Amino acid sequence: MNAETVERAPRRYGMVIDLDRCSGCGACMVACSAENNVPPAHPQATERTGITLLRVVQVKDAASRGVAFIPMMCQQCGDDTPCMTVCPQQAVEVDKLTGVVEQMPQRCLGCRYCMTACPFQARFFNWWDPEWPAGMETTLNPGAAPRMRGVVEKCDFCQSRMHAAEDKAAMEGSREFEYTPACVEACPTRAIVFGDLNDPESDVSRQARNSFRFLERLGTGPKVYYRSRRPWLRTLASRVGAPPKKENGNG
Amino acid sequence: MADMVSTLNRPAVADREWIARAQDRCSTSRFLLWLTPWTLLLAAGLYAAYLCLRYGLHQTNMDNRFVFGLWIFLDLAIIALGAGAFFTGFLLYILRWKELKAVIATAVIVGFVCYSGAVLVLMVDVGQPVRAWFTFWHPNTHSMLTEVTFCISAYLVVLSIEYLPILLKNRKLRKVPSFLVFEFEMHKLMPVLAGVGAFLSFFHQGSLGGLFGVLRGQPFAFREGFGIWPTTFFLFILSAMAVGPVFVMLVTRLVEAVTSKRLVRPQVYQVLARTSGLLLTFYVLLKTIDTLVWLNSTSRQAGYRPWEYYAWEPFGTWILFAEIVLLGLLPALILLSPKWRARPGWMLAGALLACAGVVLNRFVLTIQTLALPTLPFEQFLTYMPNWQETATFLGVIAYGVIVYSLSYRYLSLFPQEKELAREGKEASHVS
Repeated sequence: MNAETVERAPRRYGMVIDLDRCSGCGACMVACSAENNVPPAHPQATERTGITLLRVVQVKDAASRGVAFIPMMCQQCGDDTPCMTVCPQQAVEVDKLTGVVEQMPQRCLGCRYCMTACPFQARFFNWWDPEWPAGMETTLNPGAAPRMRGVVEKCDFCQSRMHAAEDKAAMEGSREFEYTPACVEACPTRAIVFGDLNDPESDVSRQARNSFRFLERLGTGPKVYYRSRRPWLRTLASRVGAPPKKENGNG
Repeated sequence: MADMVSTLNRPAVADREWIARAQDRCSTSRFLLWLTPWTLLLAAGLYAAYLCLRYGLHQTNMDNRFVFGLWIFLDLAIIALGAGAFFTGFLLYILRWKELKAVIATAVIVGFVCYSGAVLVLMVDVGQPVRAWFTFWHPNTHSMLTEVTFCISAYLVVLSIEYLPILLKNRKLRKVPSFLVFEFEMHKLMPVLAGVGAFLSFFHQGSLGGLFGVLRGQPFAFREGFGIWPTTFFLFILSAMAVGPVFVMLVTRLVEAVTSKRLVRPQVYQVLARTSGLLLTFYVLLKTIDTLVWLNSTSRQAGYRPWEYYAWEPFGTWILFAEIVLLGLLPALILLSPKWRARPGWMLAGALLACAGVVLNRFVLTIQTLALPTLPFEQFLTYMPNWQETATFLGVIAYGVIVYSLSYRYLSLFPQEKELAREGKEASHVS
């Protein structure tokens, strides 16, 4: 971190996801995997062992026969970030200039303690060596280092894109830059808004005012907000823990 | 003919030279026969560990939700059971409970086996074992796991040093004069080592509890506490201290049963059982208060409806009852009562139930915590270890049995053994 970057006003990147706009198409998931060099799932991988830094979960409401899709990724907790405080070797960091929770796979021991600490199930372990079909390595994003077997990874709001934008601005002699994460760019319904929550005039700040967060009561201060006009969805989001057995209409 | 049979039942001449005088041990072939299945089990464990290290942790049944499985649960359990080493050392060398000299060697070896076994399994359990030193190089002082890593590593060194004088008491090794001097000097160090061991154990046993207690994202495990320490920090220390002595007793009784010998006077068992009983009663009391505060306050503040924890089968309220009453209060009362404790069967039952209670407590905090959903749309999940996980762990058990068996045969673990054997012979002559 040089003196020049420190002078820049700290940002607090966040997202607002409009659940009423999300059609569950999964374009964000595909874009996320491509941007972050997530390898194709191993043939033996299951829903429980695969890597989906961004996953779209389908939820249903039996009473209103409602269906919704919830894009769920690292919620970038800002208050005593649970995964950061538990990591024994400081492989998790919160960037003071952006508020983004960063994972350093090159320092990760693979103890997975951070995964138990994360209430959002947003961290993933590399159970296999990353492998791409022959020739596909040439399509990898040079800005994002692939992760090795035995380490944990998660969404970091496309730091690869942020660094590219930052570098480009520096080349042009500026310290100001904007960037868009891959999922935001890929969403065909513009359900995801991304920006600086510290800027009261930004779209993300305006929309965040009339929104909710998952597991808000746990006090981890997530920076990913959700919006919906559907009462059942807002009720569901206010819960901590799934309704047991028959009450659980999620299928 | 009788001479021939007695020769066959005795250790071979070369083997006998390593066994202490007047210490009756089985024949070499019988001992090798005893070691064979354990060696096979150890080999299977090593093979399973090799598969995990060579090909990755997808060789196990763990997944992104059950990131901790059989290994972490049993690590926590054996570290709690191995607490007899530090606690017995503390009682003997610091509080001067002389009668515990009869079991201190066993306590140290059990502790050494438990801790070294746990560390071995951990080395397979982490995704990048070669990076284990990173924790010392880039320590996060806010993490309970950092404290656990530091203290367990340091305590394993202490246990190894404590093991040395026991090892050097071997008949053959004693013939080396410098070893004899070293062993004598080591004895002077024992109170210091016992103090250091107690200090380190206090913190890592606590931090193992704190590991789960600090998880704000897991309302089932999260506890409030004092300062930076959640209540599970103190409960883990207390529960480990409570079962440590009775586990030493159980191991000694098991050795007595396997070898058909009396090794320790019953009074020593009474001391161990009484100590455990007292501490267990105190633990059950605090655990009950902690559970009530957690269910009625901590959990509600986090927005979790407490009854929902136990709405998922098979983890119904029975598990809470079993942990606190059946495997907590009941053994505490058995071990506390001089009348019940005086009966060997009851005393053993009490010890077994107490150990099972602490093992169940570790199971609940690791497995049940991860099984319960925190997000409103997640599912309750189950997990079953596969053969690689089971074999690796059984391999560690086999390693423990082999280390203990070798120690029992070639070292003098029980100072009362010869005396008790002589008394037994005299009694049989009189009758």
